[in-house]
Parts: sequence; structure tokens; C-alpha cells
Amino acid sequence: MSTAVANAGIDESPIQLEKAVIKSWKTPIIFSVFTVLGALLFIAFGRSGDTHFNLTTSFDFIKIPILSVPTRQTGIVIPILLLAITAFGYWRSYIAKKVPLWLTAIFAILFFVGFLTWAAAGSTTPVAVPGLLLSAIGISVPLIFGALGGVITERVGVVNVAIEGQLLAGAFVSAVVATVTHSAVAGFIAAMFAGVLVSALLAVFSITYIVDQVIVGVVLNVLVIGLTDFLYSQVLANQPSQFNAPTQFPILPIPLLSQIPLLGPALFRQTVIVYIMYVAVFLVWFGLYKTRWGLRLRAVGEHPTAADTVGIRVNPTRFWNVLLAGAIVGAGGSYFSLAASPLFTREVTQGAGYIALAAVIFGQWNPVRATLAALLFGFTTSLKYTLVTSASPVPSEFMAMLPYVVTIFAVAGLVGHVRGPAASGKPYIKS
Amino acid sequence: MTTITEQPTAGEGDQLEPPSRLNDTLRQIMGGSAVISVLAVVIALVVGAILIAATDPTVQTTSAYFFSRPSDMLNAIWSSVSGAYVALFQGSIFDFTATNFVAAIHPLTDTLWDSTSLIAAGLGIALSFRIGLFNIGGQGQILAGAACAGWVGFTANLPFPLLLIVALAAGLFGGAIWAGLVGLLKARTGAHEVIVTIMLNYVAFYLISYLLKTPVLEAPGTTNPKSPPMHSGAIFPPLFGPQFSLTIGFVLVIAATVFVWWLLNRSSLGFKFRAIGENPRAARTAGINVNRMYIYGMLISGALVGLAGANQVQGVITSGFSSGIDSGIGFSAITVALLGRSRPWGVLGAGLLFGAFQAGGYTMQAAQNVPVDIVLVVQSVIVLFIAAPPLVRTIFHLPKPGSRKKPTPIKTLTTTEEVVSK
Repeated sequence: MSTAVANAGIDESPIQLEKAVIKSWKTPIIFSVFTVLGALLFIAFGRSGDTHFNLTTSFDFIKIPILSVPTRQTGIVIPILLLAITAFGYWRSYIAKKVPLWLTAIFAILFFVGFLTWAAAGSTTPVAVPGLLLSAIGISVPLIFGALGGVITERVGVVNVAIEGQLLAGAFVSAVVATVTHSAVAGFIAAMFAGVLVSALLAVFSITYIVDQVIVGVVLNVLVIGLTDFLYSQVLANQPSQFNAPTQFPILPIPLLSQIPLLGPALFRQTVIVYIMYVAVFLVWFGLYKTRWGLRLRAVGEHPTAADTVGIRVNPTRFWNVLLAGAIVGAGGSYFSLAASPLFTREVTQGAGYIALAAVIFGQWNPVRATLAALLFGFTTSLKYTLVTSASPVPSEFMAMLPYVVTIFAVAGLVGHVRGPAASGKPYIKS
Repeated sequence: MTTITEQPTAGEGDQLEPPSRLNDTLRQIMGGSAVISVLAVVIALVVGAILIAATDPTVQTTSAYFFSRPSDMLNAIWSSVSGAYVALFQGSIFDFTATNFVAAIHPLTDTLWDSTSLIAAGLGIALSFRIGLFNIGGQGQILAGAACAGWVGFTANLPFPLLLIVALAAGLFGGAIWAGLVGLLKARTGAHEVIVTIMLNYVAFYLISYLLKTPVLEAPGTTNPKSPPMHSGAIFPPLFGPQFSLTIGFVLVIAATVFVWWLLNRSSLGFKFRAIGENPRAARTAGINVNRMYIYGMLISGALVGLAGANQVQGVITSGFSSGIDSGIGFSAITVALLGRSRPWGVLGAGLLFGAFQAGGYTMQAAQNVPVDIVLVVQSVIVLFIAAPPLVRTIFHLPKPGSRKKPTPIKTLTTTEEVVSK
């Protein structure tokens, strides 16, 4: 205090804050890796022939004829474009500016276009791009809901390994409730309650009883798998018409928007769950960064002692936000039974919760980035199914492995350091 | 610094009487882990009983007229629950309906057989817990171990004991590499082992699914993603003759338990492991190379889980394996390690208990039509409650451990603080 006063007496000029220059080379390094990979695949192991793309569906207002591109030439053009973006990325990093997210998105899209062209070369049936995108969004929906819930729980300071269990509980309960009540909306709401229930267990054990959060998460997953498997084989499988014929959400095409070629069907010819998801992504982003609720939530996750000092009640904040996250993840679980498939099957989530967890980390605990990561993972998964039919040279198992390998690289910090919320995983015990 | 005095939770009358020695011991046992473990098992069996009764068709039909004749429903509940648990006992410990002794103790040997892989993997996970690492990657390490042991087992053409040993060593090696990778990443880059092990589970699964479609692992002449059967030289011989399925794998697992006990409690490496598990910063200050110990720890942990993988292909399913060879043991092993409180003998006991659930679960399914999945529920409830002793104490109104102890003299604390401040 006294030094500040003394300084003020000597120097009247406004204080110049020192700016830290941070040069992050992470993005351009990733770009380089993928550019080299692309050049290797598309040029060195280039394939000849033509690749056909079907870009429109029968619903669209503009019909684009089947697009045929020469594989080898495309395979040369795309690595050049990738190289240009990479060079731009290095320049941005050199002048200590961030590489914009949209550029990363363009880079990813270009890479995938090149990859598809290369992988589907010579196939007589054209690659149905709208179908590919449609299934990519479909696979991504539970991942995005899971990632949003994961972002909230981790940001408030609780590690959420139980996303898988929350999704599965949501899927199971929504199937049963939607069958019994003949209402998909009731199923959706019930799924949110199921997610909250699993979350409540997570919160009680990890916050109230200070059991290690990872242990609780893993055990809750096993518990939910056991419960749903048991009830499925004991009740649902025996009386499917009474308990496992959920009323589905109808597909609601948004007029005009759904008729946009290429993207329209994937984004706007979907069930209401997908539209709720768009809103949820925005609300979580807005809430986390623009509201008092979000500021408090992040404070509790970063520095609970400081938050406590300024009067935020740490453990209640954690408790209620973990429950909220459970509702979001549970809602995502209902997509499995109310939109994706007409009934619930054993362990229908198939590890989607773990991919969602990967998306949280890969998306650096940011709801928008996590959503994009989930979309990327969903897209690679749907690519796996598309490439099976088009005789691709890449085994589908490697496509399936991609999200996990990418996440390992991300957390291993081989491409820069990934830093989560500081107090995530640490219980807060008030002294 | 204000003084903190612990309020004894027991009634006021107790405070006047001098506590007897027996009373103290009893209190320690009641508050301690043994009783908590037993009570957690009791709670889990009650939860299981509720599920069995609630989904039983006879109970459901009799519940319709519960208020006019409640005895029907109560009888139905009793018969469904007791039937299921009697079948569980029959299938896992002793079959009292059997006509001869061999058939009667057959379930017990089945339990030992089922628990073999669980104990091996549980030991590995428990070891990692003791170093303060959460090895959630049991599934991936079992798959890696099984694939390595299996590959040696069906390609190498060696005589009986030699091939068995080489295949077993390959299994240990496979598991160790898969887990060692995690240790290396943790030591070098600080990557969180929970995330890396979970991701490596899936990588292992897809990698082996892929290899099972290529000539590397696929049985020639088939299109099934399944490996050829093991050579007879690689198969674990039965322990008590061919009428029991129990193999020498169980002896290996007992040996592994002894080894882990020796490692943790008698070796300097184990001392370092435990020191890191208690407090990595203090361990580093004491001159222990924490990062190197993380790698060693994960290597040994992975080798133990790899033993489970080798047992799966050399002792359990010797007719060729698929990508589901781990059969959920990777995750059950976590619950085994937690129930065993990460102590080698505790893991042995927990593995036997869960092995019994598994062996009995199938009998229960066959005899009483209760799906074997109930076992997963019972197991996870046990672990949840064991992990939260205060909750169990609240449910059963048990005393807090140490509530009899005199409050620690706070004065010494203040004086040391004064000394430090000076």
C-alpha cells in the first residue's frame, strides 16, 4: 500500500501494463503433421481413377448433379492448400497471434475432403455426402450432450467419469417411460431425471462423503450397466411391447433451412432433441462465460478457497451444478432410444460417454470447442461406416481408434500442454 | 489457534465409566474396515434382493391383491429371493443336492477358477493404487497380454512346459508394455493416467479387432474374427485332475499374491512405491525418483494384469480368442482392488468373493431365471459403500472410529508452530 502511494507521488503518468508475449506453436505443429500425413497418403500413396460424390438429396430445392473429381489431381491440390494454411498458421504464431478457430475448421474439412476423395477412389457407388453428414450429426448428438455435461462438472471441480452411466441411464429410462406413457416428451424429461439421479450419487459420494471422484465415476458406470442389463433381460426383453417400444420423436424439418443443399438435411432435418442441443450448446457457453452463475462456477473449479473467501458456497455450488450436468447428459441419453433407434438395447451407449470425456479434454474444457471435438469424433465414426461400403484401403478399426489416439496425444501434451480446471478432482474440505 | 476438542459421539453415561479393554477392541473392529466391508456386502445383497423380488413375475401378480392377502406376496418374495441366493450358494461354494463328493465340491473349484483372472488383474490394479496411480486400463492390458500370450501359444511349436512358460512370459510382457506406455507418458509429459488408460482400452480393443481380421491373429480358413486354438503345450494343466476346470493358473495367482506382498512390504522398491503413494512431494524430497518409479510401477502393474490376460487364453478359453477375451475382468478388477483395499491378501479375498458371485451367478441364471447381470449391481454397490465408510456408519448407527480416543493435546501443536514462526 505504502509503495503504491510513494510511486504515485513520483510518477503521474498512466501505468503501462507489461504484456506477456505468448507464442503458441501448438496449432501449426498439428497442421504440419496432418499436412505431411495428407501429402503422404494423397500423393505418395495416391490412387488413380475418379471419385464420385452425391451432394444432394431429393428434398433439396437445388439439385446438384453427381460430382466426379479426378482422384490424383485432387490429391495434389489439397495438400498444397493444407500447406498454405499451415504456413499461415506459423506466421500467425510468429507474430504471437492465435490461429483462428474457423481456420482450423477449414483445415479439418479440407483434410477430410481429401481423405474421402482418396479413400473412395474408383468406387462405382457415389459417396452420399448428405447421408454421411446426417449420420455424423446423429452420432455426435449424445457425445455433445455428454461433453456439455462433462464441461460443467469439470469446470465446477468434479471429475466426471460417469458420463457413460448418465447416458445409459437416460437411454434406458426414456425408453421405458416413453413406452408406458406413449409420449416421447415424457421420456425425454424422465431421461433428464435419470441423469440427475446418477449425478446425485456422484455428488453425494464425491462431495459429501469425499470418496475419490474417479473411483465413484467408474463404479457408477458399472452400477448403471449392471442395473440396465439386469432390468433389460428381466423385464424389457420379456415384455417388449409393454416396456420397450418407445414412442419416437418425429423428424421436424425446418422449412427452407432444411432444403439447403449439403448441410440442410444434416442440420435442420432432425428431431427436436437436436434443436434442443443447438440451444443447449449456446446456453452453456453463454452461461459459463457471460453470467454470474458461470463466473462463480469457474471460480469454484479453479480456486475453491478464494471462491469461499468471497462468499461463494463451494460445496453447494458443486452439488447443484453436478446435478444440472446430469440432466443435460441424461437428455442426451434419450437420443439413443427416442430418435436414433426404435428401442433400447443392452449397453446401447457403447462407450459414447468415454468419447464425450475425450471431447471435453480435447476441447480444452470449453463448451464450444468440446462440441466441435465431439462433432469431429462423430464424423470420423460415421466415416468408418461410409468407408466400409466404399471399399476403402483404411481399415474401419483405425477410424474407430482415431478419437482415442487423438486424445492421448492431446493429454500427453505432445502438441502443447492441455490444462484443465485447477481444482478439478480435488474435494474441498472447509477448515 | 483455537483448541479443537472432539465430542465423543457415545452417550453421556459412557463417559463416566472407565472403558474396558474389550470394549475398546470391539469399538475399533466396529468402526474399522472389517465390519464396514461385511456390512457393505450385506447392503449390496439387500439391494440385490430388492431387485430380484421386484422383477419376479409371481411377486408382481401377487402384489395386485396385496391388501386382501398379503401373505401371498410375502411368500412369493421369500421364495424368489431365497431361491436365487440358495442357487448362488449352490453354484459357488457347495452343491448339497449332489450325489457324490466330487460333484458337491465342483462349484467351489469353479469359484477358484473364475477368481483366478480377477485376482491377477486385481493385484495389478491394487499395486498401481498403492503408488497413487489410477490404472483404469485393465481391459486394454488384459487384451494386450492375452493377444501376446495367445500369439505365442498358437504359433510357436515348442514342447509342453517350455511353450507354457514362453507364452506366459509373452502375456506378462504384453500387459507390461501396454501399461508401461502410460507410466512413460505420465513421467515424461504429466499426462493424466486415468484418461490415457481409458483411451488405451479402446485402442487395444480396436487394434486386436483389426489384427483378428488379418493373418497375424486370425485362424486360417475362417472368416470369424477369432484366433486359432492354443497348442496343447501352452495350456495350463488342471490342478486336481481333468474332472475339475481349475488349472495351475490359480497357483500362479497365489504366487503372484505372495510376490506383491513381498514387493510392497519387504522390498526397497515397494517402500518407494508406498512412499510415493502416501505423498509424492515428500518422496521426491527424500530423494526418490518419482517419475522412474511411476514407470516401474506401471510396468509391474501391467505385467500382473497381463497374467490375467495370459490366464484367459491359456487357462479359460483355450480354443482361440476373440476381442471380447477380457470379458469385463478389466473393470471388475478395479472393484476387486477397491474391495481388497489395495492390500495383496485383501485382493485375494475380494477376488475369491467376486469369483464366487460369478460362478454362482450363472447357476442362479440357469436355475432361477435371475439374469447374471445382478452380480455387477451387487459388486458395484459393495464397492460404493466400502469407499464411503461414514455412510455405512450412518445407516447402521455405528460409532466413529477413534471416538474413544482422548483429544490430542493441542498445546504441543501451538508450541511447534511458535517454534516454526521463530
